[in-house]
Amino acid sequence: MSELHRLGLTELAAGLRARRFSSVELTRAFLARIERHQGALNAFISVTSEQALQDAAAADRALAAGTGGALTGVPLAHKDIFCTQGVRTTCGSRMLDNFVSPYDATVVARLRAAGAIMLGKTNMDEFAMGSSNETSYYGAVKNPWNPALVPGGSSGGSAAAVAARLAPAATATDTGGSIRQPAALCGVTGMKPTYGRVSRYGMVAFASSLDQGGVITASAADAALVLREMAGFDPKDSTSVDEPVPDYVGELGRPLTGLRVGLLKEFFDKGLDAEVEQRIREALAIYEQLGAQLTEVSLPHLPLSVPVYYVVAPAECSSNLARFDGVRFGHRCENPKDLQDLYRRSRGEGFGAEVKRRIMTGTYVLSAGYYDAYYLKAQRVRALINQDFISAFKSVDVLIGPTTPTPAFALGAKTADPITMYLNDIYTIGANLAGLPAASVPCGFVGGLPVGLQVVGPHFSEARVLGTAHAFQQRTDWHTRLPGGFA
Amino acid sequence: MSLTREQLASIAALARLELTAGEAPVYQQSLSSILDFIGALEAVDTANVKPMAHPLPGLSQRLRADEVTETDHHELYQENAPQVAAGLYLVPKVIE
Repeated sequence: MSELHRLGLTELAAGLRARRFSSVELTRAFLARIERHQGALNAFISVTSEQALQDAAAADRALAAGTGGALTGVPLAHKDIFCTQGVRTTCGSRMLDNFVSPYDATVVARLRAAGAIMLGKTNMDEFAMGSSNETSYYGAVKNPWNPALVPGGSSGGSAAAVAARLAPAATATDTGGSIRQPAALCGVTGMKPTYGRVSRYGMVAFASSLDQGGVITASAADAALVLREMAGFDPKDSTSVDEPVPDYVGELGRPLTGLRVGLLKEFFDKGLDAEVEQRIREALAIYEQLGAQLTEVSLPHLPLSVPVYYVVAPAECSSNLARFDGVRFGHRCENPKDLQDLYRRSRGEGFGAEVKRRIMTGTYVLSAGYYDAYYLKAQRVRALINQDFISAFKSVDVLIGPTTPTPAFALGAKTADPITMYLNDIYTIGANLAGLPAASVPCGFVGGLPVGLQVVGPHFSEARVLGTAHAFQQRTDWHTRLPGGFA
Repeated sequence: MSLTREQLASIAALARLELTAGEAPVYQQSLSSILDFIGALEAVDTANVKPMAHPLPGLSQRLRADEVTETDHHELYQENAPQVAAGLYLVPKVIE
């Protein structure tokens, strides 16, 4: 059973139910892969082997008794932004290096209730602020396709873990592209649902009007299976939406005949790498063969999404991260001389460079005299961008384009200039500002590195977005390719 | 625009962040370039546009009945506290 990691999550769940292999065997196989590759990839912050094997044994008993759920016995990993009861939850920060969560995030609790086994907690940019995983207190994650390159971020550990098949699926979060961008750079499938679709309870807050939990998997079908269990109303999250969860798996097979696909003019801009554009055009040709109708649409305000984001997200982050005060939990400095000193040094030492930069940007744009000029102005431009999306979805069913302007870049290449790093998310931020569901799927290679195709749909159209991605994956095998050394 | 050292110090003080001597010039420079970058929004015509605070417009904040739903977990929660005594969080003396 040394080939189990090559099976997708859907096949693994079916194999477990058919008792072709046990959850303990499967869990051991993935734990062994984690142990073998962790040194090279640094995809995990914590590995919870003992608990995983106990839970797997319990899953095997449930499977034998025929009482299993949709994911019973299937191992997966959680991004270390999700609180896990009794297990260290660091959010990639020194601030939470010693934090053991007293409760489970709703996402964690739901996946456990569905029978999933937690392998461990994946590495990430500190407080999810980064596009390369280089801001993690625990060191950068390496891209499995080339260890000299970044895996993307902030869910870089989750993307690298799935790309190297150290886990068949990993939870992730997306505030400005943090699921889709690393999924694209690592050659895996990433699904960011509609804002409010997945509970944010127990998910460490970064920018509350943008944050949304989702999943990274090998295929859209696997993402549908996990999302069906993760999604749904949660009274513990005041922004959770009380809408029924469709059967994402059952709706995958819908034909694309007549699907109106919008090509976003602003996505094919001068910043888009020519070879990446080539892969995207090839993918669009496949959609035409599948019966979709392509039309070009324009969202004139979309190019402003990065500056809007870098007002709204830091503003919300400066407010959310005010809770880290060195008093109730988290890092505390040595020998504080008074309360102000305790706050200032605990925060100064506990937060890394990028987090401090964003807290200060947010503090500035919210401060007296600047609030109208920056924060309210950004919220007004956000409304214009949102309006552009609403108008576009009157004439098209989905928007398709690139996820990122280029394939994975070198570690260290963009750390000196924050703006260069921020511009990496130019194609992904729009969906967060408008709260839209969006996926990234592998659509080929440039210079041996994976390229991601992005599918964006209207609010609560996860089934359509996943179906659009799934149809492509039925015709192509890019999502089945494994990086050398991980086959 | 370019932030002065005094402006940076005042932002850091508002944010309760102690910056080292080495960090200050780096932030002075990078925050200045970020402010230039987001300054691009100034030129956008937003007359009569309502600010958007929530990505799903039309949804109002949900309310629930005022009932006790939580039980006392302070001992469990205080396991993560840097310093506690007699069920209280300890900080340096605030009132002389």
